[in-house]
Amino acid sequence: MTGTILFTIACLVALGLLFAVVLYFVAQKFKVEEDPRIGTVESILPGANCGGCGQAGCHAFAENVVKAPSMEGFFCPVGGNPVMTKIAEALGRAVEEKAPMVAVVRCNGSLANRPRTNVYDGYASCKVMASLYAGDTGCKFGCLGKGDCEAACKFDAIHVDPEKGIAVVDEDKCTACGACVRACPKNIIELRAKGFKNRRVFVSCINKDKGAVTRKACSTGCIGCSKCAKTCPFGAITVENNVAYIDFTKCKMCRKCVEVCPTHAIHEVNFPPKPKIEEKPHEENV
Amino acid sequence: MKKTFRIGGVHPHDNKISAEAAIEIFPAIETAYVSMAQHLGAPATPVVAAGDKVKVGQVIAEPSGFISGYVHSPVSGTVKSVGPRADIAGNMVPHIEITVEGDEWMEGIDTSDRIITDIPYSPEEIIDKVKKAGVVGLGGASFPTHVKLAPPKDKKAECLILNGTECEPYLTSDDRIMRERPQEILIGGAIMMKALGVTRGYVGIEENKPAAIASMTEAAKAFPQIEVVTLKKRYPQGGEKQLIDAVIRRQVPSGALPIDTGAVVQNVGTSLAVYEAVQKNKPLIDNVITVTGHCLPVQHNYKVRIGTPMSKILEVAGGLPEKAAKVISGGPMMGRAVANLDAATVKANGAILILTEEETRRRPESACIRCSKCASACPMGLEPWLLNKLSRAGGMFDELEKERIFDCIECGCCSFTCPAGIPLLDMIRINKAEVMKIIRSRAKK
Amino acid sequence: MNKLFVSPSPHTHGSESTQTIMRDVLIALAPAMLVSVLASGWSALVLILVGVATCVLTEFLIQKYLLKVPVTVCDLSAAVTGCLLALNLPPAAPWWLIVIGSIVAIGVAKMTFGGLGQNIFNPALVGRVFLLVSFPVLMTTWNDTGAMFGIVDAFSGATPLGAVKEGLANGMTLSQLTADDLTFRQQFFFNVGGSAGELSAVALILGFIYLLCRRVIKATIPVTIFCTVFVISGIFWLANPERFTNPVFNLFTGGLLLGAIFMATDYVTSPMTTKGQIIFGIGIGLITVFVRYFGSYPEGVSFAILIMNSTVPLLNKYCKPRRFGEVKK
Repeated sequence: MTGTILFTIACLVALGLLFAVVLYFVAQKFKVEEDPRIGTVESILPGANCGGCGQAGCHAFAENVVKAPSMEGFFCPVGGNPVMTKIAEALGRAVEEKAPMVAVVRCNGSLANRPRTNVYDGYASCKVMASLYAGDTGCKFGCLGKGDCEAACKFDAIHVDPEKGIAVVDEDKCTACGACVRACPKNIIELRAKGFKNRRVFVSCINKDKGAVTRKACSTGCIGCSKCAKTCPFGAITVENNVAYIDFTKCKMCRKCVEVCPTHAIHEVNFPPKPKIEEKPHEENV
Repeated sequence: MKKTFRIGGVHPHDNKISAEAAIEIFPAIETAYVSMAQHLGAPATPVVAAGDKVKVGQVIAEPSGFISGYVHSPVSGTVKSVGPRADIAGNMVPHIEITVEGDEWMEGIDTSDRIITDIPYSPEEIIDKVKKAGVVGLGGASFPTHVKLAPPKDKKAECLILNGTECEPYLTSDDRIMRERPQEILIGGAIMMKALGVTRGYVGIEENKPAAIASMTEAAKAFPQIEVVTLKKRYPQGGEKQLIDAVIRRQVPSGALPIDTGAVVQNVGTSLAVYEAVQKNKPLIDNVITVTGHCLPVQHNYKVRIGTPMSKILEVAGGLPEKAAKVISGGPMMGRAVANLDAATVKANGAILILTEEETRRRPESACIRCSKCASACPMGLEPWLLNKLSRAGGMFDELEKERIFDCIECGCCSFTCPAGIPLLDMIRINKAEVMKIIRSRAKK
Repeated sequence: MNKLFVSPSPHTHGSESTQTIMRDVLIALAPAMLVSVLASGWSALVLILVGVATCVLTEFLIQKYLLKVPVTVCDLSAAVTGCLLALNLPPAAPWWLIVIGSIVAIGVAKMTFGGLGQNIFNPALVGRVFLLVSFPVLMTTWNDTGAMFGIVDAFSGATPLGAVKEGLANGMTLSQLTADDLTFRQQFFFNVGGSAGELSAVALILGFIYLLCRRVIKATIPVTIFCTVFVISGIFWLANPERFTNPVFNLFTGGLLLGAIFMATDYVTSPMTTKGQIIFGIGIGLITVFVRYFGSYPEGVSFAILIMNSTVPLLNKYCKPRRFGEVKK
């Protein structure tokens, strides 16, 4: 009995030693020499492998940033400025600060604002739906609400609100990696500057139809009336193809456009409440 | 043994409930909306402006590329506007809106019932006449017919196959024209054979249309070079590749065109349009549309002018029933669901099918049980379950290409047969488009 | 007017669903279950009921409380597993044996892989083999509790395969062994002993025909297995009829029919293409015959199927269906 046990233990130990030696030599033989700085940079990176930087993942980003002569063209949207500063320090380079960004869903066609005209019964994917037809409302441009952005988001930062039927961004979790922007077949989501104290003003509509058509489809669509563009003292608003767009680099957040917009398509977020005017038009409509 | 194609296929219930409804001429409409995108390829360029007077058969738009086509006015009256209008999917497409005034035809169009058998034209003249008449494939793909009648120089056509299979359930428009106008269809076939320079012709008809087979066989006695072939009932026999396989036992290799097997396939409806274009100088301005569905009290086969709003057709057919849950342009397997009932008919519209919720509602999806029924049903010998798995993994385009996703003909057999209710074709279609994009961009390099 | 539905094509669906397929399998198993109950009495019925109940309950509990996913016991796949497991046990087995087997079958062989469609090995067979190696005595004791309704004579003793194996091991020749009661008629209608599902070839073949008619399974796998077993055992038998059992005996005894018709054809654990299915069938046939002739177990169908189950991913990868356009012109 004891003999069997001893023999078994001896065998296992011998096998273990043998494998250890083999593994050691194999590891030596196939060892890849790598710039140690790559490991350093990779450890600074968030490690989400989201691809938001345009590279294949965090390791590829580290590899390429080490090889590149400068920090130009490299930015980790997830880690943002603190991470980029750290990487620059580790590599002994200079880095310029970028304004922090956030994903913005430019559609407010909730179920209440934008009545459904038919029922989609296919596979629940915006991409499949968009390739099939204009959508289940009178608006051909709005959010389809099937959640391709939600599936693409690695940070659990965007969700289709079941009551509104449109995608809503969780600002605290959004890292502006841009995955949702690429996933949206309607190109509704845009990365915009996060703004001072997270305050932003934007046109929450991309409907290019003529005003009358838009108005019929959605109560809060941009009808291209150009009132906002005329009001804007900074020339930040352009109206093209019947839809207004606010250039966030020029916008000074005076919010005059918000007041004049007849359909409440221009949204202001995270501003302290004003006494007179209704604060967030998109909430009043729900 | 009746012929059929050799790989895959399914047997949906054929539901040919409108087969006994003779073709009726659809009443005159007040306004026609003629789409500029009625053919595969570039949309036609309008050559009329608002306020112009047009007659039936007058050219109102010209082709804007090699694969494009003429569009003629289906009605006489005044052009009200030229501009975008929503098609059945709700997408904006340029249309010409014509207010109908009377029914005045262009000079030179023979509107009599006289059947002209002689074909005095040369192949070039035939192809030109077909092109000028705006004839497109009426089987569904609306490929311009004149392009198909002039195969590339290095390819030699050997035979013409007329597609009278109508393998889609419910549809009966081809069945009706084969019963009512067999002679004209066969003359159209003979015209196309002359244009192609071939001496052999076939008409493939599925066995569930005995009356059409009888009338075509009878008429074919006068055309010794055309043979009527009875085919087993099996979907998707009307697919170009499947029909060639069924009739002449040749399979189009992957990536090749049907002409590589020496066969040119044309729908019987197209054949009739070619006859009218060449012998009667009548451009393609109307087509036969089946209006059917179990929830409709009466089934119809209407001869409808192109540009008639679908809502108008439904109104004349007795209105949309209360139980209607889905309106489909075409058959239940490959037709397109209509999102906008005000959309106007186009040349290739063969049917308006109305299904109830029980008949059409998608099933809830459950787990794949790996029964391989989709692979057995796929007429292209693909493995839909695998394509679905790779598609859902995301980004695996190389693997999808290796599994020949681009061979998919989107017939829907896989989704139809899947016991787990997995929307296989939804996934495959979208990824096929991506793979095709990659292949094209690679070819450009 | 109601809002219209819009979806990509196709707009219609065939009549089959996972549930109807599993229901058909249960119907196909009915004759075998009936024979089992007629031959072995209430204990066989108890076995089947307990097996089905445990399988369904295990799946329900795991899906509802452990994985917190939608419960899919209504697709009847767990019920099929329970029935098959019951038919794979000696009819006189105690009820707790099948409870353990069912929990292993569903809990270990099915749900750990992700549930229906994800498992590599046939759950019922994993359950059976687990019981076979854990409770070898109970799993090979065929003493009977008495037949029902007096239709069939009560029997006891070893299975024919077991008897042959034991006899050969004791130095007897086959002609001595088969002198008595192993006649073909008995094998075909009511076997002399065996698992609940091994009793009647007729009942199993009825189920097979039903499955074929309903197009639930294709004949490829079972027929390949039968042919392989017949040919290989035929060669051995011709070489030495005193040492090796004859091919007909091999076809109709043991779990071959049950295994080939109901277990090897399990969708999830069999190859997708005809080519793969043929290789799969040949493999099962070969391993079965070799285990029976040379292995220490009297029966090898379960092992053969489980071993071939493990090759399925590979067979799926390398055996592609005939693509359109690949055939010769």
